[in-house]
Amino acid sequence: MAKPYDLRRYPGFFAITLLCLVILYAPLVVVAVYSFNDSPSITIWEGFSLRWYVDVFTGPESGKFKDAAWNSFIIAITAATTATIIATLAATAVLRAGKFRLRTVSIGLISLPLMVPEIVTAVATLIFFNAIAFERGVMTILLAHIAFCIPFAYMPISARMQGIEATYEQAAMDLYATKRQAFRRILLPLMMPGIVSGFILAFIISLDDFIITNFVKGAGVETLPTAIFGAVKQGIKPNIMAISTLLLAVSIVMVALSWFIGRRDPAEER
Amino acid sequence: MAGGGATGGSVQSETYREARTLLLLPAWVTLGLLTLAPLMIMLIYSFLTKEFRGGVIWEFSLEAYDQFFFDRGLFGDEPPKIEWTYIGIFWRSIWQAGAATILSLLIGFPTAYFIATRPERQRALWVFLVTIPYWVNLLIRTVSMKFLLRDEGPLNDGLMSIGLISEPLGIVNTNLAVQLGLFYSYLPFMVLPIYAAVERYNFALSEAASDLYAPRWAVLRRIVIPSVKPGIIAGCILVFVPSLGSFLAPDLLGGAKTFMIGSLIEEQFKGNAGNWPFGAAASMILLTMVLILLMVFARQSRKEEA
Repeated sequence: MAKPYDLRRYPGFFAITLLCLVILYAPLVVVAVYSFNDSPSITIWEGFSLRWYVDVFTGPESGKFKDAAWNSFIIAITAATTATIIATLAATAVLRAGKFRLRTVSIGLISLPLMVPEIVTAVATLIFFNAIAFERGVMTILLAHIAFCIPFAYMPISARMQGIEATYEQAAMDLYATKRQAFRRILLPLMMPGIVSGFILAFIISLDDFIITNFVKGAGVETLPTAIFGAVKQGIKPNIMAISTLLLAVSIVMVALSWFIGRRDPAEER
Repeated sequence: MAGGGATGGSVQSETYREARTLLLLPAWVTLGLLTLAPLMIMLIYSFLTKEFRGGVIWEFSLEAYDQFFFDRGLFGDEPPKIEWTYIGIFWRSIWQAGAATILSLLIGFPTAYFIATRPERQRALWVFLVTIPYWVNLLIRTVSMKFLLRDEGPLNDGLMSIGLISEPLGIVNTNLAVQLGLFYSYLPFMVLPIYAAVERYNFALSEAASDLYAPRWAVLRRIVIPSVKPGIIAGCILVFVPSLGSFLAPDLLGGAKTFMIGSLIEEQFKGNAGNWPFGAAASMILLTMVLILLMVFARQSRKEEA
């Protein structure tokens, strides 16, 4: 039956989608463009230059930003690695160890950091470290990051494991592999894309966190977001835009990586 | 954030049955110690007495909640009246988060619908385009928004140079700026669940309605939207909940008049001027609101599935 229009389409929806993408990208593009501005002012365009990138690495504030970047990097690597290991083990127990009483509770516990508003987690963690008289510093940031990275690492890992049929390991065990061997030699390699995606997402989440870090960091300890926040409080400066653009590039590269790795279908790799 | 679906999944085998305690132990210890226990201790702290240099005295007190809800005059000896300051801040936060949610829905629904009706091979790319900005540092996105919106910024410059406006719009430091900031922060959260719902929607229903002479927009309103309602509600929750407790958007884009819960809580823990039990109590009230919202949502979606 012929209709004058396609029912799946509505006029204006494409325009709104384009508007949506423009809204999502415009602020980022504008900042990236202005980070190449050859002017100490953030308003007037005076031609292309890399001076603010040079400033980030050699300027008067470069020491501060280098320390902050180093802290951010070390914390993100350590937190993401730990969270990924914990999440992989937990996913195996939730998906491949039968039904048991604490299963639902465990899933709830793993999702808990996603349900609690970030500012509440920040307050609770600060109070916790205060109550046990744990001195604030890089260690407190790291511990807090490990906890809230777990659900982010868990999601792609669990999704991947759900796509791998249990028959592979069973076949291995029928051929006299031990459970440990089946896990290490069969399940783990098949899981790798999920594990890598989980690690990358956890890494970005840790690298991006401001609120929780701001609460639990000790005096004088900065990560990149807290250092940027401190600088922005005194006004947006061009060197901040250069740092932001660098961080933006890191995030986008890592997400793209995670997307390409995570997209590979387990069924296609035989 | 309604993580049950994302972190659930059904049991696939019993292979590692004996090892399950060992496998789960690291997660239990880490999350129990660093997420659950802190929330319990926060609850206790909200019932303690404040110490003046920041911190607490271990003495039971209802002072924090009393200060939140009641005004007893300057010396605390007048008959209690309802204290509207903090309730007002909560109310404003709800209103701001609500406005940001509606804005996200107006843009997010058509976007999600459009993406879900693309040929299958293109969809992943569209979804990827929508999600990238979420992975960019929230602080950087908020600062970028401020850079774009400020009076001397590119938006006002552009609009003035094409003669649409004669003076800057003055958006920064208003409620609108905060709403735009929140909207911008969480827009991808609106698109994704609606997209997932529309993708599962059976378009034969639209055909049937149309064959029975339903006009085009009536099909959308009476058939499509009710069918994808769970996705819409999930999207609204995913935008509303983080907006409610957000700190960066109101702090960077707003001014004194746009004070929200996040800033109120943050202030209690900054330096020596703070009031830890009060901050803990405000956090408890926020957490309670969010958990009630999530529980209502979970019950609703279970009912719709049944």
